[in-house]
Amino acid sequence: MSCTVTMTVNGKAVTREVEERTLLVHFLREHLALTGTHVGCDTSQCGACVVHVDGRSVKSCTMLAVQAEGASVTTIEGLAAADGTLHPMQAAFREHHGLQCGFCTPGMVMSAVDLVKDNPTPTESEVREGLEGNICRCTGYHNIVKAVLAGAEAMRAGEPAAAAAE
Amino acid sequence: MYAFEYRRPASLAEAVSLLSQAEEGKILAGGQTLLPTLKQRLARPTELIDLSKVPELKGIREDGGALVIGAFACHAEVGASDLVKRRIPALADLAVHIGDRQVRALGTLGGSIANADPAADYPAAVVALKGTVKTDLREIAGDDFFTGMFETALNPGEVITGVRFQAPDKAAYAKFRNPASRYAIVGVFVARFGNEVRVAVTGAGPSVFCVTDMEAALAKDFRADALSGVAVSANGLNGDIHASPEYRAHLVTVMAKRAVEACA
Ligand SMILES: Cc1cc2nc3c(=O)[nH]c(=O)nc-3n(C[C@H](O)[C@H](O)[C@H](O)COP(=O)(O)OP(=O)(O)OC[C@H]3O[C@@H](n4cnc5c(N)ncnc54)[C@H](O)[C@@H]3O)c2cc1C
Ligand code: FES
Ligand code: FES
Repeated sequence: MSCTVTMTVNGKAVTREVEERTLLVHFLREHLALTGTHVGCDTSQCGACVVHVDGRSVKSCTMLAVQAEGASVTTIEGLAAADGTLHPMQAAFREHHGLQCGFCTPGMVMSAVDLVKDNPTPTESEVREGLEGNICRCTGYHNIVKAVLAGAEAMRAGEPAAAAAE
Repeated sequence: MYAFEYRRPASLAEAVSLLSQAEEGKILAGGQTLLPTLKQRLARPTELIDLSKVPELKGIREDGGALVIGAFACHAEVGASDLVKRRIPALADLAVHIGDRQVRALGTLGGSIANADPAADYPAAVVALKGTVKTDLREIAGDDFFTGMFETALNPGEVITGVRFQAPDKAAYAKFRNPASRYAIVGVFVARFGNEVRVAVTGAGPSVFCVTDMEAALAKDFRADALSGVAVSANGLNGDIHASPEYRAHLVTVMAKRAVEACA
């Protein structure tokens, strides 16, 4: 059994033939070769697979590709500018050592961008609460929270976090 | 996941008819419980009927003194709704503490109560707020809806369309949550309607239940102290790696007091 899905991924329209049971994360990784979105747990717990679907962050391991029919999907690959300039949140993660092995990072960054969009001036505890769906086994979260606070500030200012952090 | 066919009906009537024709049809709402179940191959539906394009299940509206919330309203929508925050702030507060941000973006009211997880939050609100569950066929009183662990009064193929919640004078929900999943180890929803008080408990037993002794004590004296010495028995409560039945029984009184205090 298979069906056709059409959606916009990182600004580009894509149409593919998939099995109905194909998860969105597998669609992105295996059909579109966008391997920046990770699979950590596959049980809806860790958030390594977070992407934006119509502007909301979701766990792409817990959504079928067919459920995103007609939607606009953004993955970590779609965040930086066309010329390669990092998104302020990505720049803030680099500047503040918000990663060690980097496995959780794409999901962390996608969740962080979504939470700052809703709440441009989050407090530290709001950042921690907003990242409850993302697990990191390396950093102890401290620098991730620092990075998100700096990224939020840079997003407000519309400038790279590296400059904002000086 | 086993293979299945996928349907996306555009109306309630079409959804109901697809379900009745399916060999082994299953409703797909937010998928936050169903997809993990399918991934573990714990169910083998032949067809998934996705409710996301059924307009009758959407929206939040006022209806006399009550709020009607569509079955497809996701937790994030209920938590952010100005109408819910104004009419029943405790319900908005419950919704924003379900799971995490990503679960709240997809998980729905209808999916949560149809699933009737013993540790889910919404069942406590449905019972405490004198809710009525509306389906394509009938209306079911909240008190009669939850019949056991993962069991409800729904017939096979029956579709929840929404829930009518009565707006109380005061209400609060206090949850002792599992720090990993955020599900309730014990959650207590207290609601006062004039002289009547409802105390509904989730997480502690196989299914949501009311503590009538606490309701009577609070009806006389609506203060947390009125609950000192009103204990529930550990008999029949859930015990697992997270908490023993005795600990859960203890938490019921603690959480009920916190909810009453939050009503002040
Ligand atoms: C990591 C994680 C943490 C969570 N934490 C919490 C928590 O703290 N508290 C809590 O309460 N819940 C929690 N949940 C569960 C979450 O709230 C789910 O959204 C909910 O259990 C199911 O809703 P859904 O819309 O995703 O339903 P689905 O998964 O799509 O469906 C669940 C079941 O309900 C049936 N169904 C769905 N809609 C209808 C309808 N309209 N009529 C009839 N049957 C229907 C489906 O057929 C299926 O059997 C958590 C889930 C995850 C993955
Ligand atoms: S891979 Fe999706 S939540 Fe872990
Ligand atoms: S940096 Fe390794 S899991 Fe987060």
